[in-house]
Amino acid sequence: MSTTRPRYAEEAPFKIHGGCGLAGICDESGAAMSGERIILAMAVQRDRGNGLGGGFAGYGIYPEFPDHFAFHLMYHDEQAREEAEALLNEHCVVDLAEPMPTRPVKGIADAPLLWRYFLKPLPGELERLELSEEDLVVRLVMTINATVDGAFVASSGKNMGVFKGVGFPEEIGHFYRLEEYEGHTWTGHNRFPTNTPGWWGGAHPFALLDWTIVHNGEISSYGINSRYLEQFGYRCTLGTDTEVAAYLFDLMLRRHGLPLELACKALAAPLWSEIDRMPEAERELMRSLRAVYGPAMLNGPFAIILGFNGGMVALNDRIKLRPLVAARSGSVVVVASEEAAIRAVVPEPDAVWMPKAGEPTVARIEGMPWPIHGDLHLSPSEVSCAVLGTEDVCDEAVEVTA
Amino acid sequence: MPATFIQPEFRVKIDYDKCHKCGRCVQQCGWGVYDFNERPVPHDEKCRACHRCVTFCPAHCITIERNPLAYRENDNWSAPLRKAVWKQAETGGVLLTSMGNPQPYPRIFDHLLLDACQVTNPSIDPLREPMELRTYLGRKPDAVQVEPDGAGGYRLAEDGGMSRNIELATPIVFSPMSYGSVSLNVHKSLAMAAERCGILMNTGEGGLHEDLYPYQDHVIVQVASGRFGVGPDYLKRGAAIEIKIGQGAKPGIGGHLPGEKINKEVSSTRMIPQGTDAISPAPHHDIYSIEDLRQLIYALKEASGYKPVGVKIAAVHNVAAIASGIVRAGADYIYLDGFRGGTGAAPAVIRDHVGIPVEIAVAVVDQRLREEGIRNHASIVAAGSIRSSADVAKAIALGADVVAIGTAALIALGCHVCQSCHTGSCSWGITTQKPELTRRIDPEWGAERVSNLVHAWSHELQEILGALGVNAIESLRGSRERLRSIGLDEQTNRILGVKPAGM
Repeated sequence: MSTTRPRYAEEAPFKIHGGCGLAGICDESGAAMSGERIILAMAVQRDRGNGLGGGFAGYGIYPEFPDHFAFHLMYHDEQAREEAEALLNEHCVVDLAEPMPTRPVKGIADAPLLWRYFLKPLPGELERLELSEEDLVVRLVMTINATVDGAFVASSGKNMGVFKGVGFPEEIGHFYRLEEYEGHTWTGHNRFPTNTPGWWGGAHPFALLDWTIVHNGEISSYGINSRYLEQFGYRCTLGTDTEVAAYLFDLMLRRHGLPLELACKALAAPLWSEIDRMPEAERELMRSLRAVYGPAMLNGPFAIILGFNGGMVALNDRIKLRPLVAARSGSVVVVASEEAAIRAVVPEPDAVWMPKAGEPTVARIEGMPWPIHGDLHLSPSEVSCAVLGTEDVCDEAVEVTA
Repeated sequence: MPATFIQPEFRVKIDYDKCHKCGRCVQQCGWGVYDFNERPVPHDEKCRACHRCVTFCPAHCITIERNPLAYRENDNWSAPLRKAVWKQAETGGVLLTSMGNPQPYPRIFDHLLLDACQVTNPSIDPLREPMELRTYLGRKPDAVQVEPDGAGGYRLAEDGGMSRNIELATPIVFSPMSYGSVSLNVHKSLAMAAERCGILMNTGEGGLHEDLYPYQDHVIVQVASGRFGVGPDYLKRGAAIEIKIGQGAKPGIGGHLPGEKINKEVSSTRMIPQGTDAISPAPHHDIYSIEDLRQLIYALKEASGYKPVGVKIAAVHNVAAIASGIVRAGADYIYLDGFRGGTGAAPAVIRDHVGIPVEIAVAVVDQRLREEGIRNHASIVAAGSIRSSADVAKAIALGADVVAIGTAALIALGCHVCQSCHTGSCSWGITTQKPELTRRIDPEWGAERVSNLVHAWSHELQEILGALGVNAIESLRGSRERLRSIGLDEQTNRILGVKPAGM
């Protein structure tokens, strides 16, 4: 079972969402736009949330630090900050650490300490642990989230960041002064938790490395998704079902090197009856995808937007149990829970359509690399224990002896 | 002195006012309970309460009661224990019995409750939406590897997908039950039902009768310590091969089929002389270590052109470590047989006191394989008293890929669980080789009844999945989050990985 830090025990084991609103906007030409636009798209969908969580992800927002990992952290108190910073300094060179720029906003209260760091993993650490940069960052994020009480990593990618908290999204957006940022891709989320009050870390987007997920729905397969991910070293500690989607994309795209469209097919798998009717080569591929990634399949109602450095992908569940609308206006692609949100930012789109169940809607920035790292770790046992400084479970000998 | 102190367990009562005196009960009873002297006269001491006579009596005038004979009350020296001592004082032997462990140990399945959707997540209606039960049995890679197909798409890279997995239409297979322990008509019924349902039957350790060759794509052929009926042809015929190490009903014990059951057909199928006892040793005499098992697994793969090879073990104390070793030895699936699993014959002391529940075994094995990062390398088959579709769903939620049903399939064929299979006189024609009894099962009729059971449970599984708000069985598999326990202690909950109800 996944662990939850005691301070957020009321959130255990994962949040149930009633409804949510989401939006994503991407200028495929790579032209930057201010965060104001995504705030507007979310403000239109105010009724899809209840003020207990709002958030945004922006890409291309830190051009002055394009090769640094930008860590956005939330702290309950100074002690948590000291502990987390000790971990960061142990494994990385931190070139800039500063409090997150914010402004007082009516309706936003009880903000945690918000800091951001621009860092690079120490080369010596990469050699010592025999890890790639990304793997070390993943371990660092998992370690802070799982072991530092009162600290939470909101985002950890390059040239991107997540800005989220408890409040309506437009309030959160202004609190973080998003109008001062410029990015080529933005996603936003308005949360409607159905039981306990939200906590800042529990708002969307959920992020790991460059991947961010905003999600409307409920992942009914969370139990097996999280247990599957644990095999590969991921620790689901955030008290929400959405984090599994971020980790699954990281696993399939970065570590297994699957093409994006196939990863989407694994998460929102075609029905067996469809697969059986496919041409042989495609049928064999889809059979293998479903059989191998069955535990990764996201089941239940969902609409998600995956953001990454290079664009975004919007995806519905296999039988489209949650709303998702898409539109294009020139080089700008917009997706949202409601058409009204789209028309708020693109008044007269060239085309508006309803993506089909399980069919990804993709926006890609021209000239930017597609998210495949080719950095393959095909065996889960290679990265069997993601938390730094703990015993590797694989050291335990199999007790069946000759 | 009387020949025995043991009084009849049951009383056969006939309402002679209603009795047609047709003699049907005399004819139907395999145990020889009835004499006929102008009317049927029962011998209570021979009755097994199998209800064959009751079921076939056209006048419905037969009642079978537990003998109300009062034993002096004693919670420690229960009546069955006293009877067992008398029997052993009379015979000096090991007490034999059949079927699964009937003792009142906690039944963990009955302490587990499934989740359902309300409000925030719509349940899915299986009558109106697709609800997928298809399951693949076998080893899977950790990741799918693809390459561009030159037309803008992708195809599987060489060896990038599944190795030879077996497709099952529903996550249920039939447990191994040997020809010899059960009749050929039972074997045919199961093979035909497996073909109709898109699943698998399992030969058990008695070889494959040639009448089953047409169904070989739906048959797992078993290799047990006795090697009965095993040869290159046999290995090539099966859809998969299973090495039987242990059995839930009698962990650590070999097999024993009495010579009375070894008729001409059984003898030729098993490749042993007619009328001789077929005794499988407790260990395989070529497996004394995990590396020996690995050698046999690969020998069988080589012999069969690399068909999936599974290993069946009884669930015992150290099952997680044993299973891990088996998977690392190359098994494509691991069959976990819990301590309530059925059998055609076992020492009562072993059946009733050895092994652990399948619920615990599945939970710890699934978790252990995940911790070691090798859960993809083998499927888990759970068996040992899967009594209903609810048990199926709970076993899958705990981590099983597939469940195996033996006793339930026999009950579908008429078995009344009288626990007398070892006598070879089964009135229902199931666990006997007597031609006058075996003909009571028509394979066509049997296949239909067993298929009906599998279809009914599959539909119920679809209802359960729909209530859970998922539309594919893989979203329930290992999803312990969808289970809650009631009335289990904290440590058992922790071992099962299940939260108590209300949390």
